[in-house]
Amino acid sequence: MKIKTIMLGGAAFAMSATAALAEDMTIVSWGGAYTASQQAAYHDPYSAMTGVNIINDASSGEAVAKLRAMSEAGNVTWDVVDVVAADALRLCDEGLAMEIDADTQLADAPDGTKASVDFGDLMVNECFIPQIVYSTTFGYRKDLVGSTAPTSVCSVFDTAAYPGKRSLEKRPINNMEWALMCDGVAKSDVYDVLATDEGQARAFAKLDTIKGDVIWWSAGADTPQLLADGEVIMGSTYNGRLFALIEEQGQNVGMLWDGQVFDLDGWIIPAGLSDERKARALDYVYFATDTQRLADQAKYISYGPARKSSAPLVSKHATLGIDMAPHMPTDPNNAKNTLLYNYSFWADYRDDIDAKFQAWLAK
Amino acid sequence: MSNTNTVLASDGTSLKKSLAKSLRRQKIRALLLIAPLLFFVLLTFIAPIGDMLFRSVENNIVSDTLPRTVKVLSKWDSMSGQAPDEEVFEAFARDLKIAVKSKLHTKLGSRLNYEKTGISSLVRQTGRKVKKLDLDATPSFKDAFEKMNKKWMDPSVWQTIQQFSSKYTDGYFLAAADLTRTSEGIQKVDEDKKIYFKLFVRTLYMSLGITFMCILLGYPIAFLLATLPMRSSNVLMILVLLPFWTSLLVRTSAWKVLLQNQGVINDFLVWLGVIADGNRLELINNVTGTVIAMTHILLPFMILPLFSVMKTIPPTYMRAAKSMGANDFMAFRRVYFPQSIPGIGAGSILVFILAIGYYITPEIVGGTKGVFISNRIAYHISSSLNWGLGAALGAILLVVVLALYWLYDKFVGIDNVKLG
Repeated sequence: MKIKTIMLGGAAFAMSATAALAEDMTIVSWGGAYTASQQAAYHDPYSAMTGVNIINDASSGEAVAKLRAMSEAGNVTWDVVDVVAADALRLCDEGLAMEIDADTQLADAPDGTKASVDFGDLMVNECFIPQIVYSTTFGYRKDLVGSTAPTSVCSVFDTAAYPGKRSLEKRPINNMEWALMCDGVAKSDVYDVLATDEGQARAFAKLDTIKGDVIWWSAGADTPQLLADGEVIMGSTYNGRLFALIEEQGQNVGMLWDGQVFDLDGWIIPAGLSDERKARALDYVYFATDTQRLADQAKYISYGPARKSSAPLVSKHATLGIDMAPHMPTDPNNAKNTLLYNYSFWADYRDDIDAKFQAWLAK
Repeated sequence: MSNTNTVLASDGTSLKKSLAKSLRRQKIRALLLIAPLLFFVLLTFIAPIGDMLFRSVENNIVSDTLPRTVKVLSKWDSMSGQAPDEEVFEAFARDLKIAVKSKLHTKLGSRLNYEKTGISSLVRQTGRKVKKLDLDATPSFKDAFEKMNKKWMDPSVWQTIQQFSSKYTDGYFLAAADLTRTSEGIQKVDEDKKIYFKLFVRTLYMSLGITFMCILLGYPIAFLLATLPMRSSNVLMILVLLPFWTSLLVRTSAWKVLLQNQGVINDFLVWLGVIADGNRLELINNVTGTVIAMTHILLPFMILPLFSVMKTIPPTYMRAAKSMGANDFMAFRRVYFPQSIPGIGAGSILVFILAIGYYITPEIVGGTKGVFISNRIAYHISSSLNWGLGAALGAILLVVVLALYWLYDKFVGIDNVKLG
């Protein structure tokens, strides 16, 4: 056991060269524009206020695997980790994330509303502190889709009206839902249908109709690049990526909000931190998820704040000066037809459907 | 008789013995010299790999989390078509209550969910309800569980628990070979889930293809490097090494820019009029993309051993062959080429083994038809967290490579491999 611990310790040490020192705090996130928005909205003001030095680590993509390795090695070097809700669920299941009591450990809204009410349904489990609502949706090249711009997510499956390549994420999640919705399944029945073998076969049959026209992506930056280069006429990605492509880089790309799938991103605190580090992590999270801070982040990136009380405070983009509210996935004009990522369904079916999806891809 | 023939050393012992002694001393000294390295490799390389591979058979979680249940469940007849009786449910309630306290039940759920879809949330939901269950005031545990979730009455859930209750399992290896264990014994998985065998085969033949491409492209370059005068061969060498020193991701992304549909190569061909604008070549997101990008990335591993072997072939041999009447081709084929084969052998082994384990490049340029088994291993290690299956796939890959190495040694001979 001891030797095993030492070995795994060596591996974990190699994985995360940045061990936290006393006055340092390691915060793990996604890197790129997203970390930059957190730096401006949360890290900088927090450091100025407390003098704590925040170290960024862009490992959220492998956060679950790395946290598991660290925990087995008995040396968790991360203090606060930004993960999507599905990963938070798994970390909580594995006992790798700390449980949070929202009402005592998170800030109330300015009007005194308790945090648990302010976040509402978005607190998908005991460990997850929601931060933003983002969506996976489609962007299309305005000059390549012909005279009528697509208005429905089903135009992705309509190769007659919109010939050309489209990019989809190389995983079953979202694609299966879209396929069923566009095959005539009512939105409320999608997961019931998808839970059956026939329903899965039906979704694959629908995806089969466009299989030859799909470029599969695995990194969020792929679709923006493919759109910019004209490799695809439309493609799915995170709405913030499309915002950057359209508003910041001025590409000739349009947003297709129809059928967007809402997902959540937020913080977890790893289990097994020392009392001192735990207290600091909780202090940071208390600060970074209060009403004003969440609204501040929306100045830098077009993701919707997770608190209800933050929505009215969303203002203009920090450098472009445009109103951010219409670019939020939660804006009423954008959220006419949406789907919420079904966490418990995918926790159960992910392995099974993914095996089928991979076999289908390889066919 | 024999005594008279024994040669004695100066100290009176037999020369043979004294020689053996000094040889042994030399060996020990050599061993001591490499001991730190050996220790280092053992601790940081072999042991972690061994530990990781061990996970492919390890299955403590079920018997550790549900010790009482496993014991009484072993008596249950899995073919009865009925859920187990009260005794099992009582043991299960007691086990689960303890597991919930230490948050182990969800781990158990994730483990069993690999075998039977749906157990993950079944256990999670039941765990919440079991917290409120009073163990001493429950008349019938079976009814209590039925009330919590009807699925507990499904015998197949209990079959799964029973099947995976032993401390070691072959389940991961079966899954890695597209097999599954059902109540009727080991069977092939459904056609719509078969993937790993296909990927193993694809990994092997594509790696062979890449190795062959590397020989084809690398041999002439190595030949030039070895025969050109020093000054120009040095420049050429830098050209070979430059991409070698460039980041892997940068090179792979560069191939994306070159190969994509609206990319440099297609644009150029359209501009030349070789292909029509509407009929651009599919060079990326398929097998072609993987082979091109990986051949480029692995080429130095072929050129360098080839070069160092060719450097040792004296140019006089070729001249001698020609002076005896061989033409250029004959001299090359009969004299030069056979001497360069050890280089081809070394380069091929290097390239092939590296290719088999690659996953970043196929992930970026491989699309769906150009990905390798290592992409699945990476997925199971970092995404699905099914480390057991990842370890089983890795173990199979390791065995396949060792088997190929053995075959290679048998037919080509590992002595025929030279790095210079």
